[in-house]
Amino acid sequence: MTVLNVVFWALAVVAIGSALGVVLIRDLFRAALFLVAAFLAMAGFFIILSAEFLAVVQVLVYAGAISILIIFAIMMTRDVAQGNLPNRLSPLALVTAALLLAALVFVAYQGGWRLISDSPGVEAAQQQVLSQTPSHLGRLLVQEFVLPFEVVGALLLAALIGAIALVREQ
Amino acid sequence: MPSLEQFLVVSAAFFCIGLYGVLSRRNVVAVLMSLELMFNGVNLAAVAFSRFILPGPLSVGGIAAAALTGQVFALFIVAVAAAEVALGLALVLTLYRQRGTIDVTEVNLMQR
Repeated sequence: MTVLNVVFWALAVVAIGSALGVVLIRDLFRAALFLVAAFLAMAGFFIILSAEFLAVVQVLVYAGAISILIIFAIMMTRDVAQGNLPNRLSPLALVTAALLLAALVFVAYQGGWRLISDSPGVEAAQQQVLSQTPSHLGRLLVQEFVLPFEVVGALLLAALIGAIALVREQ
Repeated sequence: MPSLEQFLVVSAAFFCIGLYGVLSRRNVVAVLMSLELMFNGVNLAAVAFSRFILPGPLSVGGIAAAALTGQVFALFIVAVAAAEVALGLALVLTLYRQRGTIDVTEVNLMQR
């Protein structure tokens, strides 16, 4: 068992434990803190997968911005005292989620994936690319993926204006 | 190195825990938090696939595009999630201001 495997298992325990904390803990504020822990563990997974740039984005956008927004929303709505109650559909939701989990795990182990480690030439080329991720990512974003890139920019602007328009005092 | 299956199982666990939260919680903010967990599960699956799966016949962009497509997808998902959470929380605040509650079971204006 290598160091990477140990790190993976530790991250997996932290990530799934805090994800369970998010949905099960009654205190909403603590649930939001567990959400931050889950985001940070996810950044760790990205580093293991040699996606360092994405890990930084994950920490900045998810652990930094989105969690702060969520904590703001928790503070500004006074239903917090009531806590994180389940609704009537809760048992049905549990069954649905468990069935989907079983199906996804089954597919993951039955997939018959064609792994990149089976062809050493391609893997070497991939490692070469992954060693300089940010420059390759930047080029991809303004060449092959330029249309979705612009659309996401427009979407962010629209979301910004929409959010301001929604919460503006009448 | 952990295998593709291990990453897929973690990602599936995130997605399903998030799904359970979305379907079973009453508080809108808790539903939004669970939604973020689902996004994260999808991101992990995308990055893991692009790291482990042998690309098909290389088309535009060559090996760089093939090796990084999953990461580009994940970046777009992060951007869309940020937009979604900003709008979602604005909607939550508007809802709270107008109805005095953020319990999803009590938002049934269209039922009547």
